[in-house]
Amino acid sequence: MELVEAIVLAVLAASTPLLIAATGELVAERAGVLNLGVEGMMIVGAACGFAAAWLTGSTTLGALCGIVAGTLLSLIFAVMTLGLAVNQVATGLALTILGIGLSGLIGARFVGEKITPAAHLQIPGLTDIPLIGRILFGEDAFVYLSLALVVGVWLFLYRTRAGLVLRAIGDNHVSAHALGYPVLRIRLFAVMFGGACAGLAGAYLPLAYTPFFIPGMTAGRGWIALALVVFSSWQPGRLVVGAYLFGAVTILQLHAQGAGFGIPSQFMSALPYLATVIVLVLISRARTGGSTAPAALGTVFVPDR
Amino acid sequence: MQLVLEKRAERSNAIALISPLIAIGLTIVTMSILFAILGKNPISALGVYFIDPLTDSYSLQELVVKATPLVMIAVGLSLCYLANAWNIGAEGQFLVGAVAGSWLAVKTQGTDAGYWVLPAMLLLGAAAGALYALIPAICKVRFGASEILTSLMLVYVADLFLDYLVRGPWRDPAGFNFPTTAEFDPVATVPVLIEGGRLHLGAIIALLVVAAATVLLGRTIKGFEIRVVGAAPRAAGFGGFNSNQLILLTFAISGALAGLAGIIEVAGPVGHLQPGISPGYGFTAIIVAFLGRLNPIGILIAGLFLALTFIGGEQAQIAMKIPLDVTKVFQGILLFYVLACDSLILYRSRLIFASRQVSSGTG
Repeated sequence: MELVEAIVLAVLAASTPLLIAATGELVAERAGVLNLGVEGMMIVGAACGFAAAWLTGSTTLGALCGIVAGTLLSLIFAVMTLGLAVNQVATGLALTILGIGLSGLIGARFVGEKITPAAHLQIPGLTDIPLIGRILFGEDAFVYLSLALVVGVWLFLYRTRAGLVLRAIGDNHVSAHALGYPVLRIRLFAVMFGGACAGLAGAYLPLAYTPFFIPGMTAGRGWIALALVVFSSWQPGRLVVGAYLFGAVTILQLHAQGAGFGIPSQFMSALPYLATVIVLVLISRARTGGSTAPAALGTVFVPDR
Repeated sequence: MQLVLEKRAERSNAIALISPLIAIGLTIVTMSILFAILGKNPISALGVYFIDPLTDSYSLQELVVKATPLVMIAVGLSLCYLANAWNIGAEGQFLVGAVAGSWLAVKTQGTDAGYWVLPAMLLLGAAAGALYALIPAICKVRFGASEILTSLMLVYVADLFLDYLVRGPWRDPAGFNFPTTAEFDPVATVPVLIEGGRLHLGAIIALLVVAAATVLLGRTIKGFEIRVVGAAPRAAGFGGFNSNQLILLTFAISGALAGLAGIIEVAGPVGHLQPGISPGYGFTAIIVAFLGRLNPIGILIAGLFLALTFIGGEQAQIAMKIPLDVTKVFQGILLFYVLACDSLILYRSRLIFASRQVSSGTG
């Protein structure tokens, strides 16, 4: 039973960065902006988050620094795609290339350093309940925060007027503009929120998942987060399911590597990426009755004044 | 104050020609600032980056060696991007091509196989790259799965597969446990053009690829279809062009070129299969394609320029202790400026003060 507990804990930890990054990207995409730079914003968030935590000794400051770094990068993206109406796919790729370089520059002098990982919740009595105690009441703050984030985003999108406007802009920016809604300004906020989430998700990796920084430590998680948004059909609730499923695949392949079975470890490591391809195919195939993607996703908008 | 874009009635040809130069200029200014922040003298850093590699024969040859895979991959990618199909997994297709061609080199090692080995390796590399690129393309046209994400995911898979081969079945028994195959036999090696130099036959192949793409895009119906499907999908539909078929075609061509570049790199400058055979050629080629304005000749020039950044980056690391990651930052910033300058071609941008009066005047 302890093995089950350990696996569930590991799955939650592996899923959390995916969930945070995907939630941010979901909001941006609901507003009609496809930001492919999640991987770049995450890796810079990881480098800046670790740098700040190592210099100050504070996980909170590390997380904040990750958020700021992700937001700043997303601002470059916003200036390009919203201000200058540049192709979003190409700009997102540029952001990822830039982010990987920047994170290497920022993180270079921190490689090999260690920090104290983020504290886990400890409620006497509750945390000690066998089996479920540590799973429910013994996580680090990021795990709870990620779930709160999903609930918050769901409430915002479906229960507030601003959320309705954001979704309308994502579906038809011309009509929304005609009705007098500030299309570009709302998209700017959505992109910045996506950047903040990606930065936080990246910072989670060196702050809580592994207490050190290595270059390229996001290892494609930003891209998997993008795939998760497709998997979720742009609905926050399904994002949780998707993120935990992917976390489970990651952890199970790690355990399978440990157990042996005679399968080369590289084949097991390739599983999360192959799973992403297969899931994308299955999900896209299942949608026979038209796409569920925001109708204006990835298209540029130039107001005609 | 507000930035306003106005669509140009006609594409500005003058700006189309100088916009890549403006982008390079802006990038160099930005890099100077970055060098100053890193505590290096910007002038001497730029000298090491862009001037020194052009001053001796070895570096000049190395420049062409590095530009060869970039140009070959980017020409293929430009066909995809012109057709509005987003292949960003060229790095994976490059690796798979390298693996497939190496298979023959490993199998014929030490035998008396003749001169057919190298041509067969190149064919295998191109075929494997094309097949690997067709996976995301088929997922796209059959099931509607985003080719951007699937092609990128397959990069990681290819990388791990190569890693498995050189650590497992193909490892050189006499290689002191290093993850590499044995050095390829002479018949499995791309010949050099200058005795004792680095320049190899791949450079000629890259030039042929550029020439072929120029003819394809400028002189054939298929090339016309590719351009129309990307620029005006509705018009292409009315014209009866099959956009799915064009996605498959452009992906297959770009995969074949990336795979060919991969096996040429392994059988040429590297000489054996090992992890890390590519310093990100497949991704840098995306920048090359855009900097070259998706035009084969432009790509040839852009490929040489980005090869310069690779060599300059290595020299700057040795001479001035500038981290190698600066090269990636450089490439990322360059792509941003290229894209931003492209916006100048389509739109006239104006800063408007007191925007309210203007909008009520024209509305």
